[in-house]
Amino acid sequence: MAASSAAASEASGRTTEDMMTLVDPLIPALRRYARTLLRDRANADDLVQDCLERVVTYWHQRRSAATARAWVFTILHNLAMSRLRQGARRGFSVPLEDVDEGALARPPDQEHGLRRQDVLRALDRLPDEQRSVLLLVSVEDLSYAETAAALDIPIGTVMSRLARAREKLLRDMEGNAAGAAPRPTLRRVK
Amino acid sequence: MSDRPITEEDLHAYVDDALDAVRRGEVEAYLARHPDAAARVSAFAEQRQALRSALAPFAEEPVPPELDLARIIAARRRPSRSLWRSAAAAVLLFALGAAGGWFMHQPAEPAGGIAALAQEAAANYAVYAPDYMHPVELKAADSGELLRWVSERLHRPVTAPDLSPSGYRFMGGRLVATAHGPAALFLYDDDHGTRLAMLIRPMAVEGKTPMSEHAQGPLSGFAWADRGLGYSLVADASPQILHPLADEARRQIESKAAG
Repeated sequence: MAASSAAASEASGRTTEDMMTLVDPLIPALRRYARTLLRDRANADDLVQDCLERVVTYWHQRRSAATARAWVFTILHNLAMSRLRQGARRGFSVPLEDVDEGALARPPDQEHGLRRQDVLRALDRLPDEQRSVLLLVSVEDLSYAETAAALDIPIGTVMSRLARAREKLLRDMEGNAAGAAPRPTLRRVK
Repeated sequence: MSDRPITEEDLHAYVDDALDAVRRGEVEAYLARHPDAAARVSAFAEQRQALRSALAPFAEEPVPPELDLARIIAARRRPSRSLWRSAAAAVLLFALGAAGGWFMHQPAEPAGGIAALAQEAAANYAVYAPDYMHPVELKAADSGELLRWVSERLHRPVTAPDLSPSGYRFMGGRLVATAHGPAALFLYDDDHGTRLAMLIRPMAVEGKTPMSEHAQGPLSGFAWADRGLGYSLVADASPQILHPLADEARRQIESKAAG
């Protein structure tokens, strides 16, 4: 009995260590993904907290085939989708709440700030399912296969949504740039 | 060099650095010959970079204390208060039921037998579903033995519904104590780690009831009785997810009993 409880506490010590090593460094990225999907900081952090609690509860059930990063993002994405569905039923929608620049180590310069607003606005206009694919692949560094697993869609669908998202973002941002200020942009050639 | 034509997918995989060295070389050779494709690829690469730097500030904001992982881990080691409250309520029901049985010589099932069943299911979920070490006593591989065991103790044939078509694998189960005698507890889980618990025990009063919904703090549950057995399916999930699973479980149990 003493031996088994010692083994149990050793196992739980190892579990804690694994989670701190593999999950703790993901928290900033989880907040970024949640923020981009839910748009508002309080809701996004609440979602990330919910996600971390599930990660801690179900850590031992993680399939070893999946990387911790992909597994945690899968949980976060599923929680985000169920909140978005609830939100859609209540019919609310808010613009992406920006960072509190005072809280940042280095504030963005003005030129970069304007460009950044263009990107965020264009991203906001993407259909949800394209936005998720684009973010998981381009920003959160999930592989195509991991993204397919996280979103529970075939890999071919990941590729086609990625291509559509990139084309649409390109068109939207070219439109912005043309309308706002003359700026050299790459013209797409068919 | 392979003869596979360069596809749209290759161009995106090139942007995401998801190609092996050979294919990357082939794509580079293709781009050198096709300036229009090269322009698109560089626009995509620039866009990818713009996206990363536009979103970077969201990851740089200071992390609030609620998201301190060490704290969340420590808190999870102690079952949450709301779960304990459900467990405490079940213990209280046990005490009331026992006292009722002792003093009044009545069947020890308080008013609303289904509600008591739902409480007991939530209390057992709170104890076993978050368990890291031994959530089940007999695993799914030993389900024959598990079903023989609980059927023997419940004095009637008990079956475990198959929820795998809905994405929930049978993990196994155990015999548990309730205020109303022994019960079978079955656990299920899905790929995202969500666990469901199903509690089954004989009902002293209700032989058959419609499906009813019960919320216990963060848990939702659906309970019903059929042919003298009470069933309660509980999970830390929304009722919208759980309801169809409970309907499916009931359908299977009834068709098995009829057949």
